Amino acid sequence: MEAVSLMAPELLLAAQTLIVVVMSLFVKGEKQADVMRWIAIAVLVAFALIGFVLGRPQGTAFNGLLKVDDFGHYAKLIIGLTAALALVFTKSYFKAEKLDRFEFSVLMIYAVLGMSIMVSANNLLALYIGLELQALALYIMAAFNRDSLRSSEAGLKYFVLGALSSGLLLYGTSMIYGFTGHLDFAGIASVIETGGVNGGLVAGMVFMMCGLAFKISAAPFHMWTPDVYEGSPTPITGFFASAPKFAAMALIARLLFGPLEGMFDQWQQIVAALALVSMYVGAIGALSQRNIKRLMAYSSIANMGYALVPLAAGTVFGLKGMLIFMTIYVISSIGIFAAILQMRIRNGMVEQISDLSGLSQTNRPMALVLTVFFFSLMGIPPLLGFFGKLFAFWPAVEAGLWWLVVAALVASVIGAFYYLRVIKTMWFDEPAQDFVESPRSLRWITTGSALTLLLLFALPFISIPAQSLLDSAAAALF
Amino acid sequence: MFSNLPILPALVVIPLIGALFLAFVSRLTRADGREQTERNAPRTALLVSLIVLLLSVVLVIDFDPTNPGFQFVDEAPWLGNGIDFRMGVDGISVLFIVLTAFLTPLCILASETSIKKRKADYMIAFLLLESLMIGVFCSLDLILFYIFFEAVLIPMFIIIGVWGGANRVYASYKFFLYTLLGSVLMLAAILWLYAQSGTQFGDPTTDMRALKDLDIPGGVQTWLWLAFFASFAVKMPMWPVHTWLPDAHVQAPTAGSVILAGILLKLGGYGFLRFSLPYFPDASVQFAPMIFTLSVIAIIYTSLVAYRQTDMKKLIAYSSVAHMGFVTMGIFTFNLQGIQGGVFQMISHGLVSGALFFCVGVIYDRMHTRDIAFYGGLVKRMPIFAAFFLLFTMANVGLPGTSGFIGEILTMIGAYQVSPWIAAGAALGMILSAMYALHLYRETIFGEQVNEKLDVITDVTAREWLILGSLAFFTILLGVYPALVTDLTEASVAQLIADFQADTVVPALAEGN
Repeated sequence: MEAVSLMAPELLLAAQTLIVVVMSLFVKGEKQADVMRWIAIAVLVAFALIGFVLGRPQGTAFNGLLKVDDFGHYAKLIIGLTAALALVFTKSYFKAEKLDRFEFSVLMIYAVLGMSIMVSANNLLALYIGLELQALALYIMAAFNRDSLRSSEAGLKYFVLGALSSGLLLYGTSMIYGFTGHLDFAGIASVIETGGVNGGLVAGMVFMMCGLAFKISAAPFHMWTPDVYEGSPTPITGFFASAPKFAAMALIARLLFGPLEGMFDQWQQIVAALALVSMYVGAIGALSQRNIKRLMAYSSIANMGYALVPLAAGTVFGLKGMLIFMTIYVISSIGIFAAILQMRIRNGMVEQISDLSGLSQTNRPMALVLTVFFFSLMGIPPLLGFFGKLFAFWPAVEAGLWWLVVAALVASVIGAFYYLRVIKTMWFDEPAQDFVESPRSLRWITTGSALTLLLLFALPFISIPAQSLLDSAAAALF
Repeated sequence: MFSNLPILPALVVIPLIGALFLAFVSRLTRADGREQTERNAPRTALLVSLIVLLLSVVLVIDFDPTNPGFQFVDEAPWLGNGIDFRMGVDGISVLFIVLTAFLTPLCILASETSIKKRKADYMIAFLLLESLMIGVFCSLDLILFYIFFEAVLIPMFIIIGVWGGANRVYASYKFFLYTLLGSVLMLAAILWLYAQSGTQFGDPTTDMRALKDLDIPGGVQTWLWLAFFASFAVKMPMWPVHTWLPDAHVQAPTAGSVILAGILLKLGGYGFLRFSLPYFPDASVQFAPMIFTLSVIAIIYTSLVAYRQTDMKKLIAYSSVAHMGFVTMGIFTFNLQGIQGGVFQMISHGLVSGALFFCVGVIYDRMHTRDIAFYGGLVKRMPIFAAFFLLFTMANVGLPGTSGFIGEILTMIGAYQVSPWIAAGAALGMILSAMYALHLYRETIFGEQVNEKLDVITDVTAREWLILGSLAFFTILLGVYPALVTDLTEASVAQLIADFQADTVVPALAEGN
């Protein structure tokens, strides 16, 4: 019975997928996709909050395969809410593009279920199962617009490269199992603790990190990102840029601070190198982009680099810094993609940066919120993005990684250039075209996330409780 | 009298509220009402900025000049982990707040006629800018300081980019990226201080007062000093990182140039006084010769460059760099006259260069060119303007009786105590400044009027009279009675020097000379 309360979020999702499939036989016609979507949104919100409603239960379930702790609760909160917002996104887009099929809601739930298992993994098998469950759902989502060549290409590319990375990960897993004789995290940790680090373990760790770096699109495993971002239907790209990234980062944290904690000296170098390369690949790669989705792809590569910086510190503050940074990144991604979804002219969607010309005169609210998003991504105070970088870089400085922090700050100046170009297009250029009236739900999401980025840290009564939640989430892994 | 009211947060918040009001009113009104909002926006902004000015006068009246510490201190919990909301002013910062509050209404007044498009937006940007600039000078928390310091870039970027001249996009990018690069290096140093305070004090803190007691080993001090220097030197701007300034000045609208020269450049000097000297005294002593060298180069080199300019704004921009050279030179003498002179020079330059940019604005609004060769013989058509321009030109040169003289002479007295050679170099710069300033004046105001287009030019309007007159009043007042400024700053500066000498391991250069 205890396992039921611990696993309530996952059970809820699993049950939901079955119910939706059965229900689809009875609810038919126009309404079908809508009904399923609203049910899925409700379930995702419930999934996000259920752990907190039940008083944040702690413990392990299924013979130690999964672990439930504050870290997991926090990750599920973010993932669930982001996925629910992403579903809201899809509504108007799918209707306009005639893609509105109820299966999408089911896929979304499967993906979230996979992420939920990822962030609670306490065993290499659970880790792999969660990762694959998530990834398979994402591959299909990327190709969801199956009549479009670009979407199919994105799905295929994602699948082939994703399968390769899963292979690497699995190979690493097998090596770690081979050299420790354990699959569960606690067992691996204790063997490393007593037996020390050897070459086989290092090789296994490196393979696993390669596989996981692919999932978070950290350079040099980032090649798929721009194409998949550009090709996938826009609301799905928005989803890719948020929840899966958060889940994969959480998984990396769980792996590095759990079973591989004894190999800190080894993985610190890898994490720092991934961070360094990603920041610069992201910053420089984005410079010449004209398509806003590709721009966001490179921006996400750079941001994953920043998010890895605090992890390289290897401290509880570092973990907290990573959680803060990723949370803020997810909020801005969701907001930006909700805004990109509003870039619709009479003939359809547009996605060039130049399409935003003179937006401050034609559509002021949208220009203002986009300005907030891009200044926030740049890390300019007083926007939340600055605090994300502050809490991400401070632990690294404390841990003596000041060179990495200086490199990251310089990269963020390079990054400022292309974010400024978007702002320049909106404010300095002459208006080009009007966008059609956008759905209210999207406007609510953009405004809401912009206000969050603008105001959250100015309000101590929110920021202080949020910090204590993050503190306990980070402390759970130590 | 008012010291128990949260006057500093009010100074920051009131312009912010004004900006939000303008933003929302212009949003909520319908298309036909929007025109009216456009018309009323300058008046609303002017009203808000006058309230701020009034409040800043109350602040300075209530300020106790004998107390060297921080006054009007407000503290509140904010982010946790030792990062809290802390505000306060001392003798060094209080005058900059007044200067900001004084220049902003003038800028708004000047822009009401010269800005043609998107007036409401412009006013919003200006009020935001005022709020942020006052915030910089009020902050007693390092993170809060950094937030204001950096956030200033956003409205300034928009002001240059939207309302600037032909080459505004390039100038706004250059301004933004240059200063951002400097600032992020400072952020790295701030993070180091924060982390180190956790190790040394037990709990990390970003309280600017507490961080003075941090014990920083010499080698690290050098690096941290350089990181802070990167930021302040760009803001100042010091030679050779001054190249963004002429571009930004030339492209910015008149009021933007005024604020840029009047306040934003002062953030650098303020930063040196607030951070570099108290936190890294040994490194400051170690780098003082470098600062002197750069300052003297700036004074002489940029004066020569200014002489060769054909664009009025560019000429004044280069002269700003030269005058800021006096400020850095004064600050790094580490003696009372030098630092007092540095502060005085910043205030004076805020008035004088602001006034000069207004003067250029006056004729630019009429003729739409800043080309020096275009003008000539203006004295016949615009006698009142010629008189004002003469006064400010003389103040820029440093004529006794104007505020410019006091600042330059004090910094040179300070520099002479350290090394007569530096003072000699700076004095040469004063001669050169007379050369370019008089050159500008002669070419535009005197001489024969050759250009027929100038036949229609009219003298200053009442509005311009008010702007230039109030600036002229303070330029002369501070020139004949400098104690108005020096009395306010003396206690805090003396305290700064006393702390500095107590903290320095290496004896300062000033001793024994």
